[in-house]
Amino acid sequence: MDVDVLFKIAGIGIVISILSKVLDEAGRKEQAQMTTLVGVVIVLMMVIQLISRLFDNVKSMFHLY
Amino acid sequence: MEIIQIVGISLVAAVMVVLLRDDRPEIALQISIIAGAIVFLLMLNKIASALNVLQDMAQKANIDFIYLNTILKIVGIAYVAEFGAQICRDSGSSSLAAKIEFAAKIIIMLLSIPILMAVLELLLKILP
Repeated sequence: MDVDVLFKIAGIGIVISILSKVLDEAGRKEQAQMTTLVGVVIVLMMVIQLISRLFDNVKSMFHLY
Repeated sequence: MEIIQIVGISLVAAVMVVLLRDDRPEIALQISIIAGAIVFLLMLNKIASALNVLQDMAQKANIDFIYLNTILKIVGIAYVAEFGAQICRDSGSSSLAAKIEFAAKIIIMLLSIPILMAVLELLLKILP
């Protein structure tokens, strides 16, 4: 069901948050930034998938081709 | 009952947004986008049946299909524009939200020009 995506994204967000803090504390600031960026890109992929599905449905339903 | 599911999903998403907002605002924004998309996808079937009923009634009333089609398009554009504008406002870019709404207004005006012309022509025919 679609609701799993929500939890996956929240899970990824929390993991990225923790990883980023740990890397920050360990002194590797650039790696922390890079993991943040990677996490955001991964989440963006999932969001774009769902949004394109949503907009396809809206287009077909409201005859907006 | 679907409304309970929807309220449940939205509440859980709101809690997660609050959790991640200070630390990872970009992820919080995407969570709110996804929650909105999920709620709409859940409501899709009901909207489709309501639209079918409207189309049947329009057919029976002998209304030209193009009028209902235009109204449908305008509602769709308004919905998509509001979705995008609210998300932008949530993330703090209220100027982007204003631009989206402005664009939606222009497109809707353009779509409704043929109907306005038809009404004006009808009026001119009636007036001597």
